[in-house]
Amino acid sequence: MALTKEQIAQRIALEIKDGYYINLGIGIPTLIANYIPDDVHVTLHSENGLLGMGPFPSDENVDADLINAGKQTVTVLPDGAFFDSSMSFAMIRGGHIDLTVLGAFEVSEAGDIASWKIPGKMIKGMGGAMDLVAAADNIIVAMQHTNRAGESKLLKKCTLPLTGANCIKKIVTDLALLELDERGFVLKERAPGVSVDHIQKSTEGNLIIEGEIPEMKL
Amino acid sequence: MKKVVENANDLMYLLKSGMTIMSGGFGLCGIPENMINAVSDSELKDLTVISNNIGVDNFGLGKWLTKRQIKKILASYVGENKEFERMLINGEVEMEFVPQGTLAERIRAGGAGIPAFYVATGVGTEIAEGKETKTFDGKTYIMERGLKADIALIKAWKGDDAGNLVFKATAQNFNTAMAMAGKVTIAEVEEIVPSGSLDPNHIHVPGIFVQHIFEGKNYEKRIERITLSNQI
Repeated sequence: MALTKEQIAQRIALEIKDGYYINLGIGIPTLIANYIPDDVHVTLHSENGLLGMGPFPSDENVDADLINAGKQTVTVLPDGAFFDSSMSFAMIRGGHIDLTVLGAFEVSEAGDIASWKIPGKMIKGMGGAMDLVAAADNIIVAMQHTNRAGESKLLKKCTLPLTGANCIKKIVTDLALLELDERGFVLKERAPGVSVDHIQKSTEGNLIIEGEIPEMKL
Repeated sequence: MKKVVENANDLMYLLKSGMTIMSGGFGLCGIPENMINAVSDSELKDLTVISNNIGVDNFGLGKWLTKRQIKKILASYVGENKEFERMLINGEVEMEFVPQGTLAERIRAGGAGIPAFYVATGVGTEIAEGKETKTFDGKTYIMERGLKADIALIKAWKGDDAGNLVFKATAQNFNTAMAMAGKVTIAEVEEIVPSGSLDPNHIHVPGIFVQHIFEGKNYEKRIERITLSNQI
């Protein structure tokens, strides 16, 4: 069975270590916060100027001045901090964020990512995504393996405008966990019940299969 | 020189058509609502606007768009404004997308007297096209230019007669750097407090960067996505 969005988030949560400063993008990455174990203490960064992001507020705690990068109302934890945008991106560009998780339209076997623009269809802008992918050593992409038509989103070469080149090293899709090296997509884990053959058929880019591929433990 | 004025209209003489104007805020959080409304009530046009976002349809900077007051925009994300997307597709407005961190740093650099700097952001993407590149320690970077504005419009929580400013929560965002990058910076605040009542240890923007300040009125503080704990 392919993973649900929640299960993709759950698998990525297992990659999180105690003490991490983490930036979670919009969509599946946001869900990850729900699966971080209680004994793993992390600090969530929101690029609009917040460290120590807490849960969404109750009705009476809504504050128009306190939002996340997705423009949702949030709260701040007791040990949190506020700062301006240039300092926020100093944290990102300066390599102070331990883990970045974001979504993508496409990833190529060279580690290129396309996530911000669909020419003629969607012109919204890149926000902070280009800064995040250019800076982080530890980026995980959370995405669906194929589009609605069943076509692979893990490609030889991205067809859409890039967000960053040669920067992605790990991907968790609904079908698999993959790492990227100079050869292409290295298959590390299968979603429970999903065959290597199915993953191979769903991957257009070069897929490296070495030995027995274990099933993910969630 | 007295920095404090009564309201936005007292400062409109400073703004001229064709100017480059920075406007603070992230989404609708921390935007200078009073000055935005005063400009949209005026006949100013051909403005070049530098702002992280461009408001929503008919609120915030979206009002300037609807009135066709904007010639060119530099922003990182405009997805919340459908009218803008339509105008962009029809070529009715010029647009330069700037990655958010690069935008923040270009503004900070402009205000800090730094004409250009290098970043890795955008290398290998269309953002790098036409830009000078340089290799440092084996890694490629592109050159980005500092940005200045004729007028910076910013919004803070509290301010005093000297123009010292304090922000609340995430409403600081681009306002701090823009205060530095404006040849003339206009700060509107929710409350003007008496001299000496702000703790010098807690000032976010020192008054040297602020030429004019007033207490804004009728803040709407619209929220784009009210998300509550009991909804998820």
